[in-house]
Amino acid sequence: MYMPKAFKFGFLLVNAAFLLLPSSQAQTVKLGQAISESQLSDFDLVAGPDGSGFPSGSGTAKTGKAVFDVKCAACHAANGEGVSGNTRLVGGDIHSQGNPLRTVGSYWPHASTVFDFIRRAMPANAPKSLSNEEVYQVTAYVLFLNNIIDEDTVLNKESLTKIQMPNKEGFVDLSHLH
Amino acid sequence: MSDKLDRVAGNGLINRRHLLKVGLGGLGSVLATNALSADAGLKLQIPQWSQQPGPGTSAYGSPSPFTGQIQRMAGTPNPIYPGGGASRSPLQHLQGTITPNSLHFERHHSGVPAINPAQHKLVINGLVDQPLMFSYEDLLKYPMVSKTYFLECSGNSGTLFGDTPVDGSVQSMHGLVSCAQWTGILLSTLLDEAGIKTQAKWVAAVGADGASMGRSVPLDKALDDVMIALYQNGEPIRPEQGYPMRLFVPGWEGNISVKWLTQLKLTRQASQFRDETSKYTDTMADRRSLQFTFPMGAKSLITSPSGQMSLPQKGVYKVTGIAWSGAGSIKKVEVSADAGRSWADATIESPQSDKALVRFSIAWQWDGGGAVLQSRATDSAGNVQPSRNAILAERGLISFYHYHGVQSWGINSAGEIKNVYA
Repeated sequence: MYMPKAFKFGFLLVNAAFLLLPSSQAQTVKLGQAISESQLSDFDLVAGPDGSGFPSGSGTAKTGKAVFDVKCAACHAANGEGVSGNTRLVGGDIHSQGNPLRTVGSYWPHASTVFDFIRRAMPANAPKSLSNEEVYQVTAYVLFLNNIIDEDTVLNKESLTKIQMPNKEGFVDLSHLH
Repeated sequence: MSDKLDRVAGNGLINRRHLLKVGLGGLGSVLATNALSADAGLKLQIPQWSQQPGPGTSAYGSPSPFTGQIQRMAGTPNPIYPGGGASRSPLQHLQGTITPNSLHFERHHSGVPAINPAQHKLVINGLVDQPLMFSYEDLLKYPMVSKTYFLECSGNSGTLFGDTPVDGSVQSMHGLVSCAQWTGILLSTLLDEAGIKTQAKWVAAVGADGASMGRSVPLDKALDDVMIALYQNGEPIRPEQGYPMRLFVPGWEGNISVKWLTQLKLTRQASQFRDETSKYTDTMADRRSLQFTFPMGAKSLITSPSGQMSLPQKGVYKVTGIAWSGAGSIKKVEVSADAGRSWADATIESPQSDKALVRFSIAWQWDGGGAVLQSRATDSAGNVQPSRNAILAERGLISFYHYHGVQSWGINSAGEIKNVYA
């Protein structure tokens, strides 16, 4: 296996240190480099339901439609009706007969997830190519298409986390069991 | 011959000690009635390959061409989901419990990133005393542990929630499970170095793939047995398994073992990522959806004989398969040849270690009539693998993930084997 010289050297140095230390002290190797949250502001994309991690910026559905038509409609179709079940963003009723259509409107419990997912993973062919402003705009448009907000509602980090999603009460958190 | 066999359950399951007398092969090597009598015309010769030197060493080994095409089965690429999809392990061709790295199942959400480890960073931030950044080279210097664990996608076997049984193979239906020795750093080691603030309850793990896929791990589990895996079966972890590093969360649904790990953020609450809300949640018949249903249930599968194979003739076959549980080790596997009316204990052929596959087997004499082969696992926590009907009764018909019910392989008088609901 190819191994850079610097790598081999570091590896041997640490092994030598282990030989000199009891095993409990060997556990105290600490090689993490200090970094500040401000140095991570472009890197950390986690936007949580409590509003943590959202960037500045804002958008409305009205402005989002133009972005959506250019960047999203190829897969999600005009008005988010989708080109397949998996790409449909609107409609559905979790209480309907048979296997219900699960969309942002009928299923997703948190509006923060819409923003978080679009910012980190969409558009699928060019993830992270949207500006934060555009992510707010497209998020607003998808929520508007689901009749969750008005066309003119300004979405920002404060207003977004206050949105009550239609299926918010439909989830049972079982994390305490594990 | 058949009346001399020690039957341990109905429809031909027989005691393994009798196999020592009669001999036994795998699928297709059935016993003729004269198996023990010598063929007078037979005279063994030295084979041709013993009369010449073969090729010398090679830089990288490959399977014998005589094994045929043992490959993963992938779906058709979807242009609107670039790089997304899954490939399945060829369970019907594997033995033992370790999945070769080239055959470990895959599930990607935005393809396999081409990560240069010299430029890759692992960041720990959020509710810690000191946010830290680690290079790959530095991580290799930490103490590591090596553990053999299964990994199973929670969508594995989900087709069995369907109304009608699909005509599938064990690979196409159940191939989203694999098992490897994973070597890496206990996550607790690095979290201790950063210093965990008391408000922290969850760890958001994020990958460096195009989807930057994220999952939330409860802090208690993160500090228990979760590791940052750097090696898989002794070699650097493969790109499709997360090179240069992945989170490995033993016993839990595969999606939470985030590949291409680049960030661990400690938070008060779960981050509610797409893949723990919209996906990987279990909608019950009453339309409530269960969230954070992490552990994989006690489960077993007969891998041979299995769906889409056929039995060439009457005789004794080796029934073999795998079993595992996210709640501990496998204590027992039972096999039935009569659709669950009678069961016999199978032999466990491998170590029974925590959250790892075991290999089981039992001998079965097919008399040429109809049969339904099933297996049923019991784990160290006392969980017994449920029947399909029991799962449907509990979970309804609109669920998809975490299917761990009994698999039934139906065999007709022509020896054809199909997935059936029994």
